[in-house]
Amino acid sequence: MFYRETGQYKTTYAADMAVFPILQDRIALGLMLLAVAVGVPLFAMLFPATGNYFLQVIMIPFLIFALAAIGLNILTGYTGLMSLGSGAFMGVGAFACYKLTTIFPDVPIVIWVVVSGVFSCLVGVLFGLPSLRIKGFYLAVATLAAQFFLQWCFVRIPWLFNYNASGAIEVPERTLFGLAVTGANATPLARYFVVLAVVAGMTWVASNLIHGRIGRSWMAVRDMDIAAQLMGIQLLPAKLLAFAVSSFYCGVAGAMMVFFWYATGAEPEVFSIRQSFFVLSMIIIGGLGSLVGSFFGAALIYIMPIVLGAIANWSGAPISAATIEHLRVMLTGALIIFFLIVEPHGLARLWQIAKQKLRIWPFPY
Amino acid sequence: MDILYKIFIDPFMQMGAAPDLLVQALWEGLVGGVLYALIALGFVLIFKASGVFNFAQGIMMVFAALTLVGLYEWMARHGVPAPAAIALVLTIGVMYVLAVSIEKFVLRPLVNQPDIILFMATFGLTFVLVGLGELIFGGEPKQMITEQLWLPKGSIDMKILGGLVSLQKIDIAAAVIASAMVAGLAVFFQSTRIGRALRAVADDHQAALSVGISLNQIWVIVWFTAGIVALATGIMWGARSDVSFALEIIALKALPVLILGGFTSIPGAIVGGLIIGVGEKLGEFYWGPLLGGGIESWLAYFIALAFLLFRPQGLFGEKIIERI
Amino acid sequence: MTHHRSDDIAPGDILLAVENVSLAFGGVKAITEVSFDIRKGEIRAIIGPNGAGKTSMLNVINGFYNPNEGRITFAGRTRPRMKPYEAASQGIARTFQNVALFKGMSTLDNIMAGRTLKMRRNFFWQALRHGPALDEEIEHRKFCEEIIDFLEIEHIRKTPVGKLPYGLQKRVELGRALAMEPTLLLLDEPMAGMNLEEKEDMSRFVIDVNNHYGTTIALIEHDIGVVMDLSDRIVVLEYGRKIADGTPAEVKSDQKVIDAYLGVAH
Repeated sequence: MFYRETGQYKTTYAADMAVFPILQDRIALGLMLLAVAVGVPLFAMLFPATGNYFLQVIMIPFLIFALAAIGLNILTGYTGLMSLGSGAFMGVGAFACYKLTTIFPDVPIVIWVVVSGVFSCLVGVLFGLPSLRIKGFYLAVATLAAQFFLQWCFVRIPWLFNYNASGAIEVPERTLFGLAVTGANATPLARYFVVLAVVAGMTWVASNLIHGRIGRSWMAVRDMDIAAQLMGIQLLPAKLLAFAVSSFYCGVAGAMMVFFWYATGAEPEVFSIRQSFFVLSMIIIGGLGSLVGSFFGAALIYIMPIVLGAIANWSGAPISAATIEHLRVMLTGALIIFFLIVEPHGLARLWQIAKQKLRIWPFPY
Repeated sequence: MDILYKIFIDPFMQMGAAPDLLVQALWEGLVGGVLYALIALGFVLIFKASGVFNFAQGIMMVFAALTLVGLYEWMARHGVPAPAAIALVLTIGVMYVLAVSIEKFVLRPLVNQPDIILFMATFGLTFVLVGLGELIFGGEPKQMITEQLWLPKGSIDMKILGGLVSLQKIDIAAAVIASAMVAGLAVFFQSTRIGRALRAVADDHQAALSVGISLNQIWVIVWFTAGIVALATGIMWGARSDVSFALEIIALKALPVLILGGFTSIPGAIVGGLIIGVGEKLGEFYWGPLLGGGIESWLAYFIALAFLLFRPQGLFGEKIIERI
Repeated sequence: MTHHRSDDIAPGDILLAVENVSLAFGGVKAITEVSFDIRKGEIRAIIGPNGAGKTSMLNVINGFYNPNEGRITFAGRTRPRMKPYEAASQGIARTFQNVALFKGMSTLDNIMAGRTLKMRRNFFWQALRHGPALDEEIEHRKFCEEIIDFLEIEHIRKTPVGKLPYGLQKRVELGRALAMEPTLLLLDEPMAGMNLEEKEDMSRFVIDVNNHYGTTIALIEHDIGVVMDLSDRIVVLEYGRKIADGTPAEVKSDQKVIDAYLGVAH
């Protein structure tokens, strides 16, 4: 009744081509941005204890995982190239950022976070090269080569972690506008703002790419590669571009994960195949080929165990942390199967259906 | 020049200088290869009969081994007579129940969906089995029962080429059991009514349905068979290391094997397994030290990739002619 | 619509020449020493019984298969080997026997995908989607809207094509090919599986494309009535060989064609 586009006429193609053509959607998006950019920080300042916990445990990792999911979604959801190596590409970003900021400590860390994405992007293109000759499941195995090889590099090349005895990245303190944003002294709020700005900006760019010529050529390659070629789309450049953009996003997410979430350091084990599986399950459940789905998937998969833990705590049942972890893994798997059966396009499609229902509410059709 | 010498000359000098070590490495590579081939065999069975790329095959292996050991330990603790035999039978039963449930709750609702959806469903299945296995049997590694299952222990030491080559009896048993299973499956596929039905289903689901083959029944049989193969593989792998979900990483190595052999070829799975097993062992043994060791974790994938760039359809796959 | 390429070829001159082309898959011969030409501005039909090598012929023309022997000259340029996207950039577009649309995309996006080669803005403008990139997008959107109007598919503009009925999918596919502003348009059974009304609509579109835009069309079709009405000249293939070539009237009275279609009395 309230959510409908009746009466909103568009007089230009530009208006019709907007990502959110409906007024109510734009209002909702504006309100949401206001909430995360102003509301959440205000809350954190008023109630530091709960607020900082909320930022550190929920908001920061959620945004970072959403970014990684967008990256993988560009490759797997939009271009149809199955990848099991996103964890390793996140690692490339993290290690690159670490090397860069230790070699050039005076350059603002945000710049290095973005540049580390470029490194990840180059590695991604390299491992994307076989995609010209290899298709489908075979390509998934090629990305496993990337996963295990890069993981091996993280452990075996001590130069990458500056010969630290622990074999881990140790995050140094870096400031932005005089405020500590990484390291032990950085407040969750400062880190949250950096993460939010980067994620919001990169989501906007991803949306632009997807709604233009490049996104269409990716989807064309995904849906029918032969016809795409006959439209004049060259497969290798299109696929490599998808690999490049995807690993760029994963790389930035990985760098932010270590520098703005863990904030003190991370072991190479963080970027194992389990991380790749984790991100992949986010986009399957959230919706392949959907940006908003990447956020939904990250929210569900990441926040679910926290909720499970909270319920266990609250009920007072003697459930160990390990049991909760096992339950989470099982539930993730069951949810993947459930969604594939009920709605192969994931939460994103359910969201669309809900909007459609809302549009005609209170009438059934 | 030095580095070229180390890559291209030195390893072969070493092989010539100590042929007994070469034989030992080859043997270990072959045994590893047989076990990779067994995991790959489970993939091939399911792919042939249902077109499903079963990502969960590796986990099924771990799950089967874990169930076996878990049941054995429980029964041994409670003083049940002949626990190993009962545990084995019960585990086979569990694999059957698993096959039936997968058919009922995963495959049947997803019939006629695109391959990629089914692949992702087995990806979800992986999570379910990992979670379920750890929930019931705990996360810590377990010891595989070998003597209790009448598997030989110890090793045969042979003097050849001026050195001692030691062959583990369990490895010999693994090779024998693997060969027997492959032979049995080949006969099953080629000469039984069910085997023929399986091949029909693999070619075309709807055509198979139209001549009165029950897809559901076929799928249960195939997944059960793959479960048995997984159990056998799990016992063999478990005997070589502990039983835990770390085996999952080993199971993933069956994927490069599949790439080499092609998804539908049983001989391909075996040859691919042997190439990967031997290649990986020799690579680690002779070239690994150059790179600081541990290259076993990725070498298999690179070998497969290298082959793939020249034969995108695998060693035994037919040349793909694209049609529109 | 304007043609950017091969403008120097006057209507009626040879646009595409196929000379002694043979194609084999392993031991199976799909096409054997076939020669024919397509003149600029005409509607050329390729007919023949099932398995005569018609689709293979189209695949050779747009570079999807490379012939084992023979040569192909398009717009004055003889080519050795060629990739499909090169054929596309030279102005050859096509539709497919089994609709090959991008199923996950809307009608509009499918047609816009046909404009890919005409869009020039680089990655960084695309990433911003403002200024020149947006102007370009709007300009091409206008062009696509003209095609949508022309094909009378305004109402399904934003529908995912996977959900459309078969007849409409065929129409969208034609729209996608038209968006490429092709010099030569290859239509592979544009009316297969359609009812009479849909066939009439599609015939009208084919004639309109040919008349309004001067697009040269080569089409494969099984409905002999439609072929006879639409085309200027017809090539008949049987078992990969050419058995007749000429105007509809000539082909209709050719004994070999009659034998191929009706069988030979023994």
